[in-house]
Amino acid sequence: MAEVLVLIEHADGAVKKVSLEQLTAARSLGEPSAVVCGAGGSAAAIKDRLAEYGAAKVYVAESDDIDGYLVAPKAEVLAHLVAEKSPAAVLLASTNEGKEIAGRLAIKIGSGLLTDVTEVDTEGTATQVVFAGAVIVKSKVNTGTPIYTLRPNSLAPGPAPGAAEEEVVEVTFSESAKATKIVDRVVEASTSRPELTEAAIVVSGGRGVGSAENFGIIEDLADALGGAVGASRAATDSGFYPHQFQVGQTGKTVSPQLYLAAGISGAIQHRAGMQTSKTIVVINKDAEAPIFELADFGVVGDLNKVVPQLTEEVSKRKG
Amino acid sequence: MNIVVLVKQVPDSGSERTLRAEDNTIDRQSVDNVINEMDEYAIEEALKLTESGGGEVTILSMGPEQAKDTIRKSLSMGAHKAVHITDPALHGSCAIQTSAVLAKALGTLEWDLVICGAESTDGQVAVMPAMLSERLGVPHLTGARKLTVDGPKVTVERQTDGGYWVLEAQTPAIVSVWDTINEPRYPSFKGIMAAKSKPVQVLSLADLGVDVGEVGLSNATSEVLEFANRPPKQAGQVVTDEGDGAGKLADFLAGQKFI
Repeated sequence: MAEVLVLIEHADGAVKKVSLEQLTAARSLGEPSAVVCGAGGSAAAIKDRLAEYGAAKVYVAESDDIDGYLVAPKAEVLAHLVAEKSPAAVLLASTNEGKEIAGRLAIKIGSGLLTDVTEVDTEGTATQVVFAGAVIVKSKVNTGTPIYTLRPNSLAPGPAPGAAEEEVVEVTFSESAKATKIVDRVVEASTSRPELTEAAIVVSGGRGVGSAENFGIIEDLADALGGAVGASRAATDSGFYPHQFQVGQTGKTVSPQLYLAAGISGAIQHRAGMQTSKTIVVINKDAEAPIFELADFGVVGDLNKVVPQLTEEVSKRKG
Repeated sequence: MNIVVLVKQVPDSGSERTLRAEDNTIDRQSVDNVINEMDEYAIEEALKLTESGGGEVTILSMGPEQAKDTIRKSLSMGAHKAVHITDPALHGSCAIQTSAVLAKALGTLEWDLVICGAESTDGQVAVMPAMLSERLGVPHLTGARKLTVDGPKVTVERQTDGGYWVLEAQTPAIVSVWDTINEPRYPSFKGIMAAKSKPVQVLSLADLGVDVGEVGLSNATSEVLEFANRPPKQAGQVVTDEGDGAGKLADFLAGQKFI
């Protein structure tokens, strides 16, 4: 069966959920081979997990240079493997980093690429959701080895046993791969909540939340539901919540099982980032707010009352 | 320091955007076309750098004839001059072809930095700076929420999920910016008037020395096979809170197995 290279995103000895989704999606194209780039010991920590999700092979590229420089070394590892293994396709995560690696790789190997893919079939035809979720597109790469980036939360990762046979990739990096140095990684908001783009449940607050202090009620509800916290641009621009949690056209695109929007009117800016969520629930005092057009269930009411009551109700029912 | 800012004209994200049935490319006729929002932040950042450190800001844009409106707007913010790449053969070009054309044009210009928006609101492919970096052999410092230039040293705070990374490279370099980096200025009346007489160089593929067989829809590296407008969502249940709203919502969530 044809081999499909899957670039694994991992951190702190754990595989990111999106990469389990990549391994699952890759199976429709062929046999997934995981590619693990990182510091020494990266692959050993996650090998079992990759086997559980169907990786027939694990290509191990370990070097301090991989974490020391921005994306370019990973593109060189993939280009090397494409030349050596002639895979049927390469599948990356549709994250900022995944897209940048895909872009560099496409130029290196002279292939076409498709980003923000939500599904790929056995023929290699990809589904993409564009224009803020308004249009669904089917596309195909017609040049070289197809490169796809898979949007997080597009499918449910499914386990399937794989041999996860390790193969060390010896690579030396070019000078141009070492042109942008990562000199520091600063964590600002350390949280036990799931990552916004990967979360199954997202609770977002908007301008209607009213203040930074009051965002605590949004956080409490998210914690009761085990979800991530998001915010509309109006809320982040007002300084109610940090920018990196902004959901929308100029922020994160999320596609969780449940999206709860409180005090968000539903401007196109916001809808662009959440429209493809499976179930959408809305709390807003303005019955005319456009966000209600998207709601599977809506409550017209004061979020200052409804949100804390809901938190209490959820905690009670979860026992 | 001389800076080139990449600017793209896009269909207004506030209008009903779709593709053209005849060739599955972006419909630019039935919508308002505007400057890609993130590019305004790139222009602002370039203007701030040249205002404090000298040098010129050149706008580089590839697009149909109507993109001249977007170029004019960029000049009215304060950019010094512009290059407009336009050619009917470019219609339907993919990101890879676009990067080849932009790289060629950048090769004809004098610059220390290229600044662009982190992504466009139409394609949202977000690969252009990485592709240009690969083609030109210069570093890319992408996803900036802060940019500092000190002589040849470029430092960027790259926005990440839980914080930021500090990136360092030497000029010439390519930087992409998010909308957290600054607050773009509005064009002043003086700026709008001055823009009318600023130089805009219009280049065809022949002028750039690009073969028409390397670009355009029929030579693109990927193709759109079909598209469909997403069906409008079925209206859901909406209740008015009379003290029982949270309870009803909890019932709904329980019914959907979320609690």
